[in-house]
Amino acid sequence: MPVNPNADPLASEPLSQPQSKTDLFTTFSHMALQGFGGVLTVVQRELVERKRWMTSAQFVEEWSVAQIMPGPNVVNLSLMIGGRYFGLSGALAALAGLLLLPLILVLTLAMVFGGVSDNSYAQGALRGMGAVAAGLIIATGLKLTRALIENVMGWTVCLVLAVLTFVGVGLLRLPLAWVLLGLGLMACAYAYVKLGPKGSDKVTGVSP
Amino acid sequence: MNIVMSTPDWWALFQHFCLLSLLGVGGAITTAPEMHRFLVDEQHWLNDMQFSSSMALAQASPGPNVLFVAVMGWNVGLNAAGGLGAGSRAWTLGILGVLVMMLGIMLPSSVLTYVATRWAHRNRDMRGVKAFKAGMAPIVVALLVCTGWLLTAAHSQPARDWPLWVLTTVTALVVWRTRIHLLWLLAAGAILGAMGLI
Repeated sequence: MPVNPNADPLASEPLSQPQSKTDLFTTFSHMALQGFGGVLTVVQRELVERKRWMTSAQFVEEWSVAQIMPGPNVVNLSLMIGGRYFGLSGALAALAGLLLLPLILVLTLAMVFGGVSDNSYAQGALRGMGAVAAGLIIATGLKLTRALIENVMGWTVCLVLAVLTFVGVGLLRLPLAWVLLGLGLMACAYAYVKLGPKGSDKVTGVSP
Repeated sequence: MNIVMSTPDWWALFQHFCLLSLLGVGGAITTAPEMHRFLVDEQHWLNDMQFSSSMALAQASPGPNVLFVAVMGWNVGLNAAGGLGAGSRAWTLGILGVLVMMLGIMLPSSVLTYVATRWAHRNRDMRGVKAFKAGMAPIVVALLVCTGWLLTAAHSQPARDWPLWVLTTVTALVVWRTRIHLLWLLAAGAILGAMGLI
């Protein structure tokens, strides 16, 4: 029997959904304003655990699509969720919620900082925060490796692909487009084969 | 920093960011190295300090990471106006910079994502859709690690920069392994930096 990835057998509580476009706007504003150094953690906590707009399984699926599409992940996610419930205007409401207040805030910060940018303390502080920010991004990447365990291509192939990507982009500094087209196409083709003709039935790989 | 931006320059900036928008798989931040090449090395519209402080300011502020592009746009505008001292001209050009770069980086990817995900959601059980998701996953994850790596590697003088590398490594491990609030780490980085320890 085909397993619908959207049917989460563990979901005991009934799911909720956004009540209105205003609800979308405020929810995304609220999440954005809590998200320092990336919004992923906050989004998961809020949408899955508090608002219960989606199950964990649905979240992982939505998130991987949001990641794979070009563009900022959280922006993509807001468009997807807003669009699902209220069409284009819902997508725009969620997007505006996500961006409006943080944009005003960050530009205010930039102006204030502009006045003190010659100050060695301010420069030092930014240098330190920059190093922490780099660490945050690396950690997010490391955390998401867990999602690869279930991948149909198998853990080893995933690891090889990840290492090749790192060597290509991080060490050899190849243009991103080459890596995406080269490795990406190969990976998708391999996944297509591994999924088999009945690929739609399973998410995880089953050894023959 | 003073620069001159003509209308074709603004247009070129917009076009370049539209292109980057479509290449920004895994987030706009994965194209940061390319932005650096274009804005700092090739066009000289921002200097190195402005580029990295734009990144850091956006990280220090709440909201999606893509806002670093807005801060860069603001700074390009200020440079074109000759600094914040230019008054209303600085404001106008700053806001123009924000609009040009944010629209560039967001519009193409958002339209594509909206249309493609509506389609993919309707066809989510299709073999091709699943293969795409599975195939791209490890690459997307590695690109995140790459971005952090490239930010760190920009500080390339071991004798001076080793404390930064240590801080980045420790942060990565702490965030990976614990649930500590990220604000504490950013604050710690700011304090260590302000004290001149890194």
